[in-house]
Amino acid sequence: MKGYKEIPEGGNIIIPGSSMDYKTGLWKDKYPVRNIKKCTNCLICFSFCPENCIKVVKGKIQDADLKYCKGCGICAKECPFKAIHMEAGCFIK
Amino acid sequence: MNVLNGAESAAYAMKQINPDVVAAYPITPQTEIMMKFAEFVANKEVGTKMVLVESEHSAMSAVVGASAGGVRAMTASSSAGLAYMFEVLGIASGLRLPIVMNIANRALSGPINIHCDHSDSMNCKDSGWIQLYSEDSQEVYDNTIIGVKLAEKLHLPLMVMQDGFITSHCLQNIELIKDKTVSDFVGAYNPETNLLNINKPITIGPLQLPDYLFETKRQQAEAMSLVEKEFNSVCREYEKITGRKYGVIEEYHSRDAKQVIVVLNSAAGTVKTVVNELRKNGKKVGLVKVKLFRPFPYEAVNKALSGAESVVVLDRSESFGANPPLYSEISNSLHNTSVKLSSVVFGLGGRDLFETDIKTIFENMISNKKQDKYVGVRE
Repeated sequence: MKGYKEIPEGGNIIIPGSSMDYKTGLWKDKYPVRNIKKCTNCLICFSFCPENCIKVVKGKIQDADLKYCKGCGICAKECPFKAIHMEAGCFIK
Repeated sequence: MNVLNGAESAAYAMKQINPDVVAAYPITPQTEIMMKFAEFVANKEVGTKMVLVESEHSAMSAVVGASAGGVRAMTASSSAGLAYMFEVLGIASGLRLPIVMNIANRALSGPINIHCDHSDSMNCKDSGWIQLYSEDSQEVYDNTIIGVKLAEKLHLPLMVMQDGFITSHCLQNIELIKDKTVSDFVGAYNPETNLLNINKPITIGPLQLPDYLFETKRQQAEAMSLVEKEFNSVCREYEKITGRKYGVIEEYHSRDAKQVIVVLNSAAGTVKTVVNELRKNGKKVGLVKVKLFRPFPYEAVNKALSGAESVVVLDRSESFGANPPLYSEISNSLHNTSVKLSSVVFGLGGRDLFETDIKTIFENMISNKKQDKYVGVRE
């Protein structure tokens, strides 16, 4: 983390597109764990994730991107096959 | 020599500074400033884009937007209007936008009152703005020009105070400087970054959480700590072109004085008259007028007052249930001295302060009598 002498004035952001560097996943205290055996790739978690951090690659659900996942638990709650559960911790990978 | 009232001299300084954007909403007694400036705009004597908004909240928001867009932006207000701007004052200072605003001091409501006291500007003394107080038209004019240069050097917003009606509507002799001299003095405003430069895109005012806001505020405090030195250097430069010498405080016969009064704005003129009269009778009395109230020049005040036997601080505003604002700061400046210090509140809602009042205060100091906490109020 930078000190007050190193940051731009007034909290300005002077590097375009740098929001990707802000790892909001640091905010969470729980993270989702997916059981691949139970997962049917139904895409419910993908469509419910408010952070858009669950991606789909060639029709297959990927694990949540923990750099941005805030641990809300909506994916675990909505999964019809109980393939996702939440565990304590703040992993950002 | 010209004859201008305080409001006109603020408007005339603005004309010579030639800001790119001015947004304002009328409020007595500030209206006179913008009325005069709008005349300059209508007569095409300035190149300013004048934005007539629907409130002071919008006025300050519009100048914040303009300033973030990289241009010189100014406004003016009073009393309830300044209070309505309050939310955006912190945004202007937090985003480090060098906006300059003239204030014609007027009592805050309620009950509603249109006359002078300092409750409006004292209400926002901690909003991160530099505050300069002016005794007369001449100082309003000079402070506005000096203020623009100072604000833009340190990327801090600045407000110039003058007493509503007493200064703003009273005609006084004033020395103006040439348009070209003013524009050379303040120079062109070219900020390193601005919101409209598409070749160097930036984001202004994004969310800052516990991980960074503290650092940004620390930076602001650092900039404020540089103001006093920078103000003195800008004043020296200004003295070269005008011959008028200014500092963070004005010491009027106070160097060898035993009894000293401290005050802001126009009341200093009345105190000077009384000091002259008492000096003729051999009384060693003096005045210290504080000009730079934010940031507060603790060391300069300590140096100016620590030789006195007694000091009375005249406040034109009240901090209900606490020491009034100017007294608090003077008291902080003198904590390591044996100066006898008292607080007097006067002039709320435009109540006049007479020479006899000041004479009584000085006489009480000389004879070591207790001062009345409120002067000019009926028991």
